[in-house]
Amino acid sequence: MAYSDKVLDHYNNPRNMGSFDKDEDGVGTGIVGAPECGDVMKLQVKINDDGIIEDAKFKTFGCGSAIASSSLATEWLKGRTVEQAMAIKNTEIVDELNLPPVKIHCSILAEDAIKAAVNDYVQKSGKGDSEGAAAKPTAKTGT
Amino acid sequence: MDMKLPIYMDYQSTTPMDPRVLDAMLPFFTEHFGHPASRNHSFGWEAEQAVDTARGQVADLIGATPKEIVFTSGATEAINLGLKGVAEMYGEKGKHMVVSAIDSRPVQDVVKRLAREHGLEVTEVPVDKEGLVSPQDVQAAIRPDTILVSVMMANNEIGTIQDMAAIGKVCKDAGVIFFTDASEAAGKVPVDVQAMGIDLLALTAHKMYGPKGAGALYVRRKGPRVRLSPQIDGGGHERGMRSGTVNVQGVVGLGKACELCKELMPEEAKRLAALRDKLQDGILAACDEVHVNGSRERRLPHNLNLSFAYIEGESMLMGLKDIALSSGSACTTSTLEPSYVIRALGVSEDLAHSSIRFSLGRFTTEEEVDYAIGQVNQTVKRLRDMSPLYEMAKEGVDLSTVSWKAD
Repeated sequence: MAYSDKVLDHYNNPRNMGSFDKDEDGVGTGIVGAPECGDVMKLQVKINDDGIIEDAKFKTFGCGSAIASSSLATEWLKGRTVEQAMAIKNTEIVDELNLPPVKIHCSILAEDAIKAAVNDYVQKSGKGDSEGAAAKPTAKTGT
Repeated sequence: MDMKLPIYMDYQSTTPMDPRVLDAMLPFFTEHFGHPASRNHSFGWEAEQAVDTARGQVADLIGATPKEIVFTSGATEAINLGLKGVAEMYGEKGKHMVVSAIDSRPVQDVVKRLAREHGLEVTEVPVDKEGLVSPQDVQAAIRPDTILVSVMMANNEIGTIQDMAAIGKVCKDAGVIFFTDASEAAGKVPVDVQAMGIDLLALTAHKMYGPKGAGALYVRRKGPRVRLSPQIDGGGHERGMRSGTVNVQGVVGLGKACELCKELMPEEAKRLAALRDKLQDGILAACDEVHVNGSRERRLPHNLNLSFAYIEGESMLMGLKDIALSSGSACTTSTLEPSYVIRALGVSEDLAHSSIRFSLGRFTTEEEVDYAIGQVNQTVKRLRDMSPLYEMAKEGVDLSTVSWKAD
């Protein structure tokens, strides 16, 4: 399978790879996917008091396109408001990375990860006014 | 010696031709171009003689007689001819076959079609966690109306070699035809259709340093004589079992490839097993939670199948772009399903997604193996640093207790 140059670039030079302490104030964590499906993304956002995403990090178990989708997502998240983050659509990721049809699920997962991370922040901080707040985080860690 | 990149470590997918095989084939494209069925001139006689020589070379590799070798376009055609030919010829006797769970894709697909279109009933015999078929399980699966048992001699993904003699005896005692896809085993490990009680055997040239497009089906002639309904009608070539002008140059290449494999096998198997062990040990020593899939004892000398926990197979292959390898990951197949072979071992789905097959061959060097060890270890570290699963596991989270929710 041939990869687009952008996928290769993100795979070889992942942006914002790593983790925040999930209990830190202002940090929202989203973990989506499942190991048996071959894709798990962890996406974290650090949001300041003005509701701006100051920083974002990811870790991904998955194919090159999954890694690239989550890496790209962290780039896009920085500097956005919570509302702007929730507006990111998977199709934008598909277009940016030139993902082939069989890899579209990677972009959907990245969109889900963004929403899960932001929702986690909203729930934790008690700012329940975001429209996405009703959505549930897609995976719970621990027991 | 200068090492050239990329390195080929996918010999179980296909092999380069041995230059000696090519040399043997070349005259049959131009100079000796005759039709082996032309009975009345020297062009035909030369071709016929070359085909006969090749028949002898193939027979010699597997302990058969030349008359028992039917040339085909490859293992897939040989499998189709063997299984469909038996199903049709012995349809009166019964409509039941026994097939091992990790039999090759063509075998699985042929019996599926026979089941769908001809009412064949199929019993799948499971394998243990090393990929071994138990002869007792085969015996238990055989019914009064069973006409054939199929067990792949050595598996293409994990390299596990079955106890053919024991399964052959079960079949003989039950009076059932014993079929095997030996395309991975032939030329690599000793094959003896007599000692193993094999009645039908499929092999192909391109997995033993011969050309693509040439293969053979061994069809037992004595004790019992196996009869087949031909699947291709025409001029009655190959004693009526496979019509169509024989691919003379391909068959010459297949014959030469068999001869070389037989001659080189003792030394080659030893050399490759040592390199394979070096590769395995070099990776296992540096990386934790790497699992060897298949049997460590009953395994092809050139095969190594590893699952790298917490790393997805396709991303692993991306990191190893200078090494040609295969993965059992769903992402590398057209079906989006992880390897059925790895899953049949009882390996969890995530580890099936993480499996990588290394297969070495005649032209693999120690330098290449050393390079591969370095690249693998580096890539594992990089991708584990990136893996949320590895992070969770290191934090003490039991991943099997996590309630994943995938959309």
